[in-house]
Amino acid sequence: MVQSLKTDEILVNMGPQHPSTHGVLRCLLKTDGEWVREVWPYIGYLHRCKEKIAEKVSYIQFMPYTDRLDYLASANNNLGWAMAVERLTSIEVPERAVWLRVLAAELNRIASHLLSYGTFGMEAGAFTPFFYGFRERETIVSIFDQLCGARLTYHYARIGGVMRDLSPETAKAIRRFLDEMDRRWVEYNTLLSDNEIFVRRTANVGVIPADLAIAYGLTGPVLRGSGVAHDIRKAAPYACYPKLDFKVCVGEGLKGTVGDCWDRYWVRMLEIRESVKICRQILDGLPEGPYQAKVPRILKVLANEAYVRTEAPRGELGFYIISDGTDKPWRCRIRAPSFCNLSILNRIARNCLVADVIMILGSIDVVMGEVDR
Amino acid sequence: MEAKDICEILMRHLPDAVREFCIDTADPYLVIEPTCISDVAAFLKNHPDLQFDMLQLITGVDRCQSFEVVYHLTSLRFGHSVTLKAMILHDRPRIASIADIYPAADWHERETYDLLGIVFAGHPDLRRILLPDDWEGHPLRKDYVAPESYHGISNAPQ
Amino acid sequence: MPGTLTDIINYVIQTALGVVGLDYARVPEMLRIGAAMLIACGAMLGYVAVVALFFGWAERRVAGRIQARQGPNIVGPFGLLQLIADAIKILVKEDIIPQTAHRFLFRLAPILVFMGAFAPFVVLPFSETLVVSNLSLGVYYALSFAALEVVGVIMAGWASNNKWSLYGGMRLAAQMMSYEIPMGLAVLTVAVLSGHLNLRTIVLDQQGYWIFSWNVFRGFPWAFLAMFVFYLAGLAGSKRTPFDLPEAESEIVAGYHTEYSGMRFVIFYLSEYATMYVVSALTAVLFLGGWHGPIPHVLAWDGQVHWEAGPVLSALIGMVNMIGKSFFLMFVMLWFRWTYPRVRVDQIVYLCMKVLVPLGIICLMGASAWALVW
Repeated sequence: MVQSLKTDEILVNMGPQHPSTHGVLRCLLKTDGEWVREVWPYIGYLHRCKEKIAEKVSYIQFMPYTDRLDYLASANNNLGWAMAVERLTSIEVPERAVWLRVLAAELNRIASHLLSYGTFGMEAGAFTPFFYGFRERETIVSIFDQLCGARLTYHYARIGGVMRDLSPETAKAIRRFLDEMDRRWVEYNTLLSDNEIFVRRTANVGVIPADLAIAYGLTGPVLRGSGVAHDIRKAAPYACYPKLDFKVCVGEGLKGTVGDCWDRYWVRMLEIRESVKICRQILDGLPEGPYQAKVPRILKVLANEAYVRTEAPRGELGFYIISDGTDKPWRCRIRAPSFCNLSILNRIARNCLVADVIMILGSIDVVMGEVDR
Repeated sequence: MEAKDICEILMRHLPDAVREFCIDTADPYLVIEPTCISDVAAFLKNHPDLQFDMLQLITGVDRCQSFEVVYHLTSLRFGHSVTLKAMILHDRPRIASIADIYPAADWHERETYDLLGIVFAGHPDLRRILLPDDWEGHPLRKDYVAPESYHGISNAPQ
Repeated sequence: MPGTLTDIINYVIQTALGVVGLDYARVPEMLRIGAAMLIACGAMLGYVAVVALFFGWAERRVAGRIQARQGPNIVGPFGLLQLIADAIKILVKEDIIPQTAHRFLFRLAPILVFMGAFAPFVVLPFSETLVVSNLSLGVYYALSFAALEVVGVIMAGWASNNKWSLYGGMRLAAQMMSYEIPMGLAVLTVAVLSGHLNLRTIVLDQQGYWIFSWNVFRGFPWAFLAMFVFYLAGLAGSKRTPFDLPEAESEIVAGYHTEYSGMRFVIFYLSEYATMYVVSALTAVLFLGGWHGPIPHVLAWDGQVHWEAGPVLSALIGMVNMIGKSFFLMFVMLWFRWTYPRVRVDQIVYLCMKVLVPLGIICLMGASAWALVW
């Protein structure tokens, strides 16, 4: 009787409008009941021709566009673009500006990871982490508001420096926040990281072995979650990172296999703590001096090319610029970490449950603004 | 290991593959025979002293007369990086895919195909990735003219 | 002294009609019972609506409290009127039926779901006297009507003609049907211990030494374990976190009610709270002494009765006890919801088949042995 029942695989569209596809990702699922046999991600719903725009606007004008790549970590994008242009033009950036940029980038990393914490909890079905994550993120956003007047698209790092100096009040606010973050971090773990249901949902799910992660060009917490201690801040130090003391956090398979969803999540949690540490060191050791170098209004860049990579919250953010002597790049290629990280989805989300696909997607933590550019 | 040493090793083993070693840019690069790209990629990945295990980026560049395909490779093990360039003809933009050597190349090649129209021969699934399937033209080409409308949606500036 | 709610209503009607000079006793018996039942059911319907509205508000306040935010606090005192405002908003909303949906089943589904959720209210006792229908098989009546919900939900999932809805419907079917087994086993444990299936009698049985004669303590450890089995299974049956898979927002959008809007959606929403209330009230009745304690009806020490509440006061105390316990258990459900993540579909079946069912069987066997020995 049961054998004679005809069953069929069905194709389901998850997205582009779906609560947990992080914006406008569309995944086509081939499902057999609750089992997902294969997942095909379709991207491009947020494509805004960033690379084409870069060829049409000047180096200085393109800075605000980088805000909208990974819109959850615009300070990091600004840093990457500024460094790339400075590399081509050999503009000397004042030391204080370098430190301030890194401060902004690390604060933004905390904010980005907090949001990831919240949404990941939400995807697991727990609502409260989302609000807790947003509560602390709100503090960071207000700090950025004080620092540069914007709350999401900061445009803080400028070519040759930063837009505004750090005021003592803001520094105090940051310190207050860092102290609070230390306390909250423990609370977060009580609420989610060590929760039995959460661990069972994420441990041993979506395991990415280290060699596969490297082959697919994964970077950031996704790669480190697989136990590969690769962090550009250490591997190819830039800005003031060599002077700072911090650890590269890797997944150790504490709750299951190395490289599972929980490990990727945990790497982000650990990085929040490391970033707090970095921010403290920056506030303690911030050098005095100017915060902006002299940069010509019309910045012409001789024919040259450079690939500059930085460690954004989601992995290696690279700007490959080919200049041609004018004030606009001939070609600008953006290596978006989320784009590369997402490409592995089809490979690892096979023969798992619908709920696992969501967890895998959440643990990869893509931002579609960056994937689609 | 510096780019110069990498170039030397490569020249020693695959003398026909390297056309030129260019050091006058901020990041030096190797110009590779486009027909040899698979061999070079496989060599760089497997050579015990090089071990370029990660492909960071594939870029297509429209140089008006020709296309450049740029590969950024890095080795997590040794921490060194290399930039490869292959120049291909503008009217016959075709190069071998390295997606079988570096799975990461899959999406990068699709994107380069999508936006520049460079065909990667041997790619398992060469479709448009960012633009809709029925989009005409390749926007990142220098001679691209944006269409006036798409499915009846006007493209005219407001 | 009147026996049940029906008698009370009849008594009230009779008195009221007597004032205007009509003799209610001349009306045929069947009609009188029917009228009383109708009024009682109407009262219960009102009660369900009030409970659902109240918990719609409480849920958001509790969520706000847990999530370090405010919750509704603008409309009315403590935001209590927020729900009224919401209700008005929802009533004027457009009722959308998808073009490809099966229109008849799509409309029927919420009604069936609500019926399933509401029917058990009829047998829930609030005090010794306040019970709409004193069925001798009350427990089974409640459980079997709860199962009607499954039909409605599958219907909703299928009729919506949406794949996510279908997923939700199928998930719920699997979940509710499997969780009825441990629920039944837990109920049987109580039935064996007290020897009744009538909810009123089961509660009457738990009278005596204040809270210590509650089934949960009297039948320790079997009833104690059975209570957790029953409550957890009930939680799964009312699809609340951590068992809210049928409407798991992050996975299958909104499950079976994805396509529902306006009033039809609210009916699902009300039914969910109604089911939660039924589960909480049944837990209170079966295990936590129903209307007995913690506020006592009788004060007795040294073997002497020092104070005994009159019939009206006694009914009031019973109601306070009963509603208090039910509300507390519902609050625990809210607390769960805003604390825990959701389990996965295989884990929910695992929990049922490999944890709760064996536990339920152990409880039942233990209680049977207990009953044989004593």
